[in-house]
Amino acid sequence: MEGDIAQMGQFIGAGLASVGMGGAAVGVGNVVGNFLSGALRNPSAAAGQTATMFIGIAFAEALGIFSFLVALLLMFAV
Amino acid sequence: MATETHDAAGSTSACVDAGGGAIGMPQLCPDWMGNQIFWLVVTLVVIFFILSRIALPRIAAVLAERQGTITNDLAAAEDLKVKAQEAEEAYEKALADARSKANEIIAEAKAEIKAEQDEAAKKADAQIAEKAAESEKAIAEIRASALENVETVAKDTAKELVAAMGQKADTAAIDKAVAARLKG
Amino acid sequence: MATDAKEGGQELVFHPMDQFIVKPLFGDGPVGLFTVTNVTFWMVLTVLAIVGLLVLGTSGRATIPNRTQSVAELAYGFIRKMVEDVAGKDALPYFPYIMTLFMFIVFSNFLGLIPGAFTTTSHIAVTAVLAMLVFVAVTVIGFVKHGAGFLGLFWVGAAPLPLRPILAVIEVISYFVRPVSHSIRLAGNMMAGHAVIKVFAAFAPLVLISTGIGLVVTPLSILAITAIYALEMLVAFIQAYVFTILTCVYLKDALHPAH
Repeated sequence: MEGDIAQMGQFIGAGLASVGMGGAAVGVGNVVGNFLSGALRNPSAAAGQTATMFIGIAFAEALGIFSFLVALLLMFAV
Repeated sequence: MATETHDAAGSTSACVDAGGGAIGMPQLCPDWMGNQIFWLVVTLVVIFFILSRIALPRIAAVLAERQGTITNDLAAAEDLKVKAQEAEEAYEKALADARSKANEIIAEAKAEIKAEQDEAAKKADAQIAEKAAESEKAIAEIRASALENVETVAKDTAKELVAAMGQKADTAAIDKAVAARLKG
Repeated sequence: MATDAKEGGQELVFHPMDQFIVKPLFGDGPVGLFTVTNVTFWMVLTVLAIVGLLVLGTSGRATIPNRTQSVAELAYGFIRKMVEDVAGKDALPYFPYIMTLFMFIVFSNFLGLIPGAFTTTSHIAVTAVLAMLVFVAVTVIGFVKHGAGFLGLFWVGAAPLPLRPILAVIEVISYFVRPVSHSIRLAGNMMAGHAVIKVFAAFAPLVLISTGIGLVVTPLSILAITAIYALEMLVAFIQAYVFTILTCVYLKDALHPAH
């Protein structure tokens, strides 16, 4: 049973790190939602901005992926 | 988590435990990175050469050819359209010509017929006038002869009357009396 | 973990990371630099798939394309338009390499979705090389094309003067973080999706162990696997798209560094 406290710490830390992915979800939803509301106002300009939207999604999502990575590192690598 | 099983017997790598399971994250195992990088570079070089030597020029050529075909076809279609328009114009012109010619012919025929009719009417008028004059003359003659007859009849009648009354009729006196009566 | 659930000699398998292990394809020896491994196998498969689509698929050179050729032309037009729109006309000489990147990533991602497959793009070593190649190439192109003028990328002319040094520091940091986020985004997305599928897959045979809770958990986890799999199909394409479009954005910065 030795090392159990450390393991518990790892798991709690991993769980806490996973919370960061919720932020990424909010960010991605925000990006797409705003894009959509803008696109519905001016549909003719929407087609040219899809690439920008995907870049925005990528940046927002990357940070969520970082927190997921931290969780994985805590679970499996530490 | 399981770092203590590093020295497990039978494992061929520091990152795999005795049962073949992963120790930690396989992504972070330094033993495998060289292999992956080597094969990735080989793969990328192969794909790059296949794409830049064979695939991309071929697709570009196909697309350019299709663009050319489409442009040609469009030009041909435009040509045909112009031709069709010309044909339609020629047809319309022929139609208009025919129509105006027909109108001309109709007008001519009308004029001819009218002239003929006019002439015939004139002729008929002249004939009618002639006939009327003739008739007048005949009527006058008849009338004259009728008057003459009346005179004769009256003289004869008067003579007969006088004779019937038993008297000797004086022809000269009777003629004079009848003439006076008729004149009156 | 759930591995304690034992009944009838069966054990719940719960190793989401085992699918990422690199193994020699032949034999059991150690993995050296040139060893033919499952990485090699799936990369060769990727190359074959690309050859099948872009070379064999277009071998007809038909003016009226068949199905495979239209897909190849679609991919060509998609990436070419992306390079032209995002990075500009003068980026077209780099189009073959960007096409290589896109085709490699998209085919690796989709081949990795075959059950039992090994996903080469889920390894940070692979994506880090891809991202570092882009980073080094972009930096070199920037300095070759503009010399010291390339450093103007970090000097935000539109900002007020006192703010500019601070912004320059931030810009430099963000410039050097680019390859990190560029590579971890792709590897992380791939790894996350596959690990989640594996976790649900581990719960799926629970009905074999315990018919009580298993009757509820097994259908739910199969449903979840289906849903996540569909999401992963989307992610596989979007991550390839995002990687490519970010490459184009970085290339645009190198070709036109003025802010």
